[in-house]
Amino acid sequence: MGPTAYIARRLAYGVILLIGVLVLNFFLIHAAPGDPAETIAGAMGGATARMLADIRSAYGLDKPLLTQLAIYLGRVAHGDLGMSYYFNQPVIDLIAARVGPTILLVLAAQVIAITAGVAMGVFAARKPSGPLSAFVAVLSTVGYAAPVFWTGIMLVILFASIIPIFPVEGMTSARFSGGFVAHIGDVLYHLALPAFTLAIIFLAQYSRLSRASMIDVLGADYVRTARAKGLSETKVVFKHALRNAVLPIITVAGIQFGNLISGALLVESVFNWPGMGRLAFDSVLRRDYPTLLGILFFAALMVVVANLLTDLSYRFADPRIRTGGR
Amino acid sequence: MGVADPAAIATPEAISPLREAWTVYRRNVPAVFGTLLLVAIILFVLYGTFIYKGDPYEIVWAPQTPPGTEATVPLGTDNLGRDILRGLLKGGGPTLAVGAAAAIITLVIGISLGGVAGYFGGWIDDLLMRVTEFFQVLPALLFAMVVITLFSPSTITTAIAIGVVLWPQTARLTRAEFLKIRELEYVTAARSIGARNGRIMWKVILPNALPPLIVSATLTVGVAILFQAGLSFLGLDDPNTMSWGLMIGTNRQYILDAWWPVTFPGIAIFLTVFAVSLVGDGLNDAFNPKLRER
Repeated sequence: MGPTAYIARRLAYGVILLIGVLVLNFFLIHAAPGDPAETIAGAMGGATARMLADIRSAYGLDKPLLTQLAIYLGRVAHGDLGMSYYFNQPVIDLIAARVGPTILLVLAAQVIAITAGVAMGVFAARKPSGPLSAFVAVLSTVGYAAPVFWTGIMLVILFASIIPIFPVEGMTSARFSGGFVAHIGDVLYHLALPAFTLAIIFLAQYSRLSRASMIDVLGADYVRTARAKGLSETKVVFKHALRNAVLPIITVAGIQFGNLISGALLVESVFNWPGMGRLAFDSVLRRDYPTLLGILFFAALMVVVANLLTDLSYRFADPRIRTGGR
Repeated sequence: MGVADPAAIATPEAISPLREAWTVYRRNVPAVFGTLLLVAIILFVLYGTFIYKGDPYEIVWAPQTPPGTEATVPLGTDNLGRDILRGLLKGGGPTLAVGAAAAIITLVIGISLGGVAGYFGGWIDDLLMRVTEFFQVLPALLFAMVVITLFSPSTITTAIAIGVVLWPQTARLTRAEFLKIRELEYVTAARSIGARNGRIMWKVILPNALPPLIVSATLTVGVAILFQAGLSFLGLDDPNTMSWGLMIGTNRQYILDAWWPVTFPGIAIFLTVFAVSLVGDGLNDAFNPKLRER
């Protein structure tokens, strides 16, 4: 299959998955106990009769269920995820304001985890029973067992009172004045701790995985050939072995994207990071269904896009998959 | 017949696979350590309250008493003056119970769907695997939050919510095992003597697919405990049920004044999940003959 056809097929599949999420959202609103109009209004008890009547006509709640579903999908297709009656704002605007910080946090954590994890795995693999290998084993257990929000709190205690070099709260400094570049620096400075906290879980997995995969690859024939040719050890490890050892990491990193978002919800709460996590939490407490389901849809969208990019980077990293199309 | 019990037909010299696995397991130092740690934690949670009595909600001493300064409150008090050790003893129950219940729900859904998909194959497999992929697109914690919001927070809702979001991995694993095992001779033999599909799936294939599923179930318990802790930390579990995550959540505002009310429950969660993962790794080594030679 050629690359264009392949991408088109993957895109179509992603779109179907997202429509599935919307259908699920629709049925979740109807599965909630009570009147769907009140559910959409936020079930705060404060919805006026006029508001409920507006919702009923906007969503066609007096029509058959399938017609209602069609109306709902049509509204979403026009970028209308409903109205948050608690925040008194369209859901799409609420999410648009919060999605950036979450993507920033998730990507930063992913980059830190992959870079540091692969680096540790590569060096540990050179001495499978050395001290770094033992450290990777310990780290992977700790990373699995320690609740991420608790690790975050421990880091807040550490960096707030013992070694105060990183800010432990928010995304920007209060009363910050400075140019655009200084502003980016300020955001990155605030990003350090939350991103590192979130990265720990995945760093643990990636280092364990890349160590195992690197040990496998270093024993392969083509690595022996590369060494026999007299290539330098650096070239053997980084050019010949690493390129092959990194393939399973790409797969796992793609699968983990949903878990990264789950972790980000908790980390945002610990560090007061102004992303979708805080919004999700508030909308759960206010029983603000339109916002919560909008967030679920956006999170699924992020996962679908991440999976698509993973597939593409896999094709890029592994020429064996590409050659079929040429 | 189904599958014969290996122990029943074994000659005295032969070792049953289960016994062999046990021999490997008990020589595995981290696994034995993990088992003992887990047993100790369960005993601590089950019987601790009989030795160290008292209501965890009762205000017993000055707020934020540091640990080790007062003999009556060995681990100190929280921001309201409640005994932290009482909280740890009382809060362990819901944490462990929800973890175990959620893991069971995960297994029931995952094994049923994965088993049917792997056994029948064809369009049933395609359909069920698309459904599984669909659920994997939803970030688990967020989806659990949605389920909890729909059905109001309680310990049971939390267990169901966690079970409902964690099953896809078990389903995929079960499917892979069933796909592999259904081609083996003893399955053909069972079919040739006229065993029905249901019997072949659950009485012939499932017992042979169990080792990897047991390992995965153990690790699922760990993940479910972390989920329960995360949800109660956010305040989305039943606020009237003491749990380790809730203790961290309610004391987090005061961490810069008092580190101990959040540190001890966190250590409790960490040790529990750590013990569970050591047991899981140990079972994996014991059940996996390829690893045994190392």
